[in-house]
Amino acid sequence: MTLVNEPVNRDQQKKKYCRFKKNGIKYVDYKNPDFLLKFVNEQGKLLPRRLTGTSLKYQKKVAQAVKRARHIALLPYVTDSLK
Amino acid sequence: MNNYETVFILNPVLSDEQMKDAVGSFEALLKNHGAEILNVEKWGLKKLAYPIQHKSTGFYNLIEFNADSSLVHTLEVEYKRDERVMRFLTIALDKHAVEYNARRRKGEFNKAKKEEVAA
Repeated sequence: MTLVNEPVNRDQQKKKYCRFKKNGIKYVDYKNPDFLLKFVNEQGKLLPRRLTGTSLKYQKKVAQAVKRARHIALLPYVTDSLK
Repeated sequence: MNNYETVFILNPVLSDEQMKDAVGSFEALLKNHGAEILNVEKWGLKKLAYPIQHKSTGFYNLIEFNADSSLVHTLEVEYKRDERVMRFLTIALDKHAVEYNARRRKGEFNKAKKEEVAA
């Protein structure tokens, strides 16, 4: 039983990529809730970049789009069973 | 002349005729002030994600127009004055947004609604 925990081979795991750069998406539409649901967890909170893998530039666009969608009630501010 | 897009939610208890009149009044306001309306969309009655003014559904409308920047203020004062409007959002569109809207009007995204196609 070794006390040293072996190195976790994290990078062999799925290499995270920014879906916006990959698909060449330039504009995140706030009127399209089902696309925005990919960036929000079950409680309706924004997912961090380390989970979604999006780059900073597009994470800001996503955050702004989600906040606008929340303002016009397409997305809830807080909920318990979103998906 | 910048590009703007405004979404507003009307009270669901209005009759259909009042609904049309409300949307018409905003369009008329824009036209009178020399705005060029590119696109008007009526999403109809939709369920709200959270109750607004104790109502759980609302009548969504979208107007895409380009106008000079002073018009946005007058439009929003009009929104605030009109009690049929429950909520409104006016945003300026950058070039990517304008191009995206043009593609959306052409109906390119209806099929690929799930995965945003390369814009």
